[in-house]
Amino acid sequence: MSYRNRELASLVVVGLMTGFGFASVYIARQDVVSASSLSYGIFFLCLYLAAHAVTRLTVPNADPYILPLGGLLTAIGVTEIYRINPQDALHQTIWIVIGVVAFALTLFLFRRDYRKLESYKYLCGLGAVGLLMLPALPVIGERINGARLWIHFGGFQIQPGEFAKILLIVFLAGYLREKREVLAQGRLKDLGPLLLIWGAAMLVLLETSDLGSALLYFGIFLAMTYVATGSKKYPIGGGVLFLLGSFAAYHLVGRVRERVTIWLHPWTNHFVYCSQTGKVNHLRQDCDSYQLVKSLYSIGNGHFGGTGFGKGTFTDTAGNPLIPYLKTDFIFSALAQELGLIGVAAFLLVYMVFALRGFRIGMIAEDGFSKLLAVGLTFGFVLQTFIIVGGVLRIIPLTGITLPFVSYGGSSIVANFVVLAGLLLVSDRAQARNA
Amino acid sequence: MNDRIRVIAVVGMILLAALVLGTTYWQAWAEGDLASKQDNAIQRVAQFTIDRGVIRAADGTVLALNRVVHVNGNTYYLRHYPTGPLAADVVGYSTEARSRAGIEQAFNDFLTASNSDLHTVLTSTLNSLEGKTIKGNSIKLTLHLGPQFLAEKALAGQCGSAVALDIPSGRVLVMATSPTYNPNLVEKHYDQIARTKAACSGPAPLLNRATAGLYAPGSTFKLVTAAAALDSGTFTPDSRFNDPGYCTEYGKPVTNFLENGGVPEKFGNVTLAQGLQFSINSVYCNIGIKLGALKILEYAKRFGFYSTPGLETPPAEQRASGLYDHGKLFYPKHDYQVDPGRLAFGQERLGVTPLQMAMVAAAIGNGGVVVQPYVVDSILKPGGGVLQATKPKTLGRAISPQTASELTTMMEAVVTGGTGTAAQIPGVLVAGKTGTAETSVPGVNTAWFVCFAPADHPRIAVAVALENQLHKTGGEVAAPIAKTLLEALLKQPTA
Repeated sequence: MSYRNRELASLVVVGLMTGFGFASVYIARQDVVSASSLSYGIFFLCLYLAAHAVTRLTVPNADPYILPLGGLLTAIGVTEIYRINPQDALHQTIWIVIGVVAFALTLFLFRRDYRKLESYKYLCGLGAVGLLMLPALPVIGERINGARLWIHFGGFQIQPGEFAKILLIVFLAGYLREKREVLAQGRLKDLGPLLLIWGAAMLVLLETSDLGSALLYFGIFLAMTYVATGSKKYPIGGGVLFLLGSFAAYHLVGRVRERVTIWLHPWTNHFVYCSQTGKVNHLRQDCDSYQLVKSLYSIGNGHFGGTGFGKGTFTDTAGNPLIPYLKTDFIFSALAQELGLIGVAAFLLVYMVFALRGFRIGMIAEDGFSKLLAVGLTFGFVLQTFIIVGGVLRIIPLTGITLPFVSYGGSSIVANFVVLAGLLLVSDRAQARNA
Repeated sequence: MNDRIRVIAVVGMILLAALVLGTTYWQAWAEGDLASKQDNAIQRVAQFTIDRGVIRAADGTVLALNRVVHVNGNTYYLRHYPTGPLAADVVGYSTEARSRAGIEQAFNDFLTASNSDLHTVLTSTLNSLEGKTIKGNSIKLTLHLGPQFLAEKALAGQCGSAVALDIPSGRVLVMATSPTYNPNLVEKHYDQIARTKAACSGPAPLLNRATAGLYAPGSTFKLVTAAAALDSGTFTPDSRFNDPGYCTEYGKPVTNFLENGGVPEKFGNVTLAQGLQFSINSVYCNIGIKLGALKILEYAKRFGFYSTPGLETPPAEQRASGLYDHGKLFYPKHDYQVDPGRLAFGQERLGVTPLQMAMVAAAIGNGGVVVQPYVVDSILKPGGGVLQATKPKTLGRAISPQTASELTTMMEAVVTGGTGTAAQIPGVLVAGKTGTAETSVPGVNTAWFVCFAPADHPRIAVAVALENQLHKTGGEVAAPIAKTLLEALLKQPTA
């Protein structure tokens, strides 16, 4: 079967699964959900078919699995959001449509040769820094849940960081391909860019009080530098520098210290300082670590088999929410409760397969820029997943970033569809030679 | 470059695999820990999505059932207690605001079908896979609601407790405590429960006084002392004592019970049996001095003192009886650590639950063999059919059958012509013992009566304790309540 026919068959399966997901929510929650929810399955099947038509036109030789995998993750996310609040699912669906449009535009725009981006690498780098600085600006910048990551733009909330990430990867792919030999020698003066980026990542951390994004940018940077230069000095040295920076941030930035304390000691049996009241008058689980702890309770309640789609406990018997930020930062906790260990393992497996396809694209790509681009996009995807889910699972301190394709949030959805388009472009070029 | 991409891919896979491991930790390893956290509201609410098993009395009357409500597309099974305060301190409550208590707490696993029994695991897993509501197992108690109601009525307004046991099996037939509470108010109107008033300083309606109320047993403890005295062979029922109205301990007189005028009673030359019949402190004081405190406590332990009664209610709602020092059980190692005279007639630092005293009476009636009391008759599957039924269990022999028979005769005399005549029932031989324990406030007593009947063929044992009785004796206020319970229970064929 040709690549595109394989993609089509997989998408039909994903469309059917989406239908089953919505049907399952409908059966579990007939009291509040109307039968029209079943049309979501058909709608998504049509949307995926449209995306497929675009790939058939623009990237006929591209990897056949990553679009269905991304589509599956998107469908799981929107089903869970629908289960939490049907109104939000409608908004999310609109964003997914916009995401597919952005996906199509990216494919059409760069179908001839995406490598022309290499000549605009500095522009991309500047663009990335510019986007990152946007939330810090007055008026349009906005602080939500303690972190300054959003801007207001005519009624919309946009998280420029999601797009800055892609531009940064494009910049790094171009820059590292050009400078890889020089950097591989590891002379001190060549370390300049590394220190510059490290400094920038730390600045972002200080500015937005967001350890997660800093870790994400820096991790992508180190992985790409390693792939470009083959020198282990970069990831090791960079890792040490990051640890030192984080250590300093722990002592200098109250918010970072608070996050780490929550991570290490979410439960106390005596009153501790509560940042909301400013007094020593709460157990930590009732104040600073409230979100983390409630989310862990949600995960724990899933056990092996989960409660089933639509049957999880997210509200008390009066209908008040029990888990904060459920549809965004803690969408994983919602899924973990309803799908259980079996379902979550399968869910994470989808991320793994997606990542493996991404890395494979990096391997079959022929030129350095394409390889670095594919690895950067894929590793960014993996690391972002690790940072948010790892935070929710208390593997690392919790920082609110989105779960790719799944969390509620327009910027994230659109950016991830662009990432998907990028990977398809790279794989199309690589496989067109062999085809 | 590809080998380096492979390294990065491996790193990526390790990161994602760590997430699978992390999820496994929280969902398979630590989930029990999470579920037991006090602030885990999800766990509490999630249990309301289970069709919780009902709780029934011995005759099948429903004591706890579910009220089905629909909120935001969720179906919740909220608890309702149709009989209100009846047996509330045993049944307990299951709420969102204040978690659970009583049998509702202790048998939560069974009631929510999360117990590890194979049949339950299989059905609830199948139900959950099919998307059906999980149905809990139901529970049948041993309580007899008629006598239970009579006991609660008799205790109303006072602070105290009444317990009745089926002697051969150990079934708890009545377990009343006062003041009690209406479990339907716990969720939303807890303040009303907190304001409950009764004739004592700390009414504590949520306290099951039958299993967790610690009282000085007063003269009812003379049963234990007498058991030790006879069973150890140191004395016989006919052993003679001279009672000048007091006994001398540590060079000071310990007087008998003071009559209303404040004058100690004097009985002169009496036997050990008469000492029990008329509850003469000096006689038991001298027995205590002779036996030593450790010997008496050894016998007390044989009757179940110094261990929690092992009833099915939550362990936190039960206290062990024994000597208490600063709120903790006190285990003396030497005779000199305890005043043997005062111990012998139930003062010293003794703290005893009504259930424990009922067990003492039951053991004497049972020929000296102590039986494990139990309040859960059986656990029933949601579709009917018994999942498990409690089998009576003996805990061991406290005294020889001969000692038991001698004690029975002595206790009969208490009722026929001693301090406990108020417990007489026409046509039924009742064996009993009164107690009027002094408290820290002079004139304010804890009134006790423990008994069993019929004395010639013992079936029912009863213990009644009433707090805060001003110048009232156990024979005056507790014995009539015990009599009412005996009469009601002896009429029931099953008991």
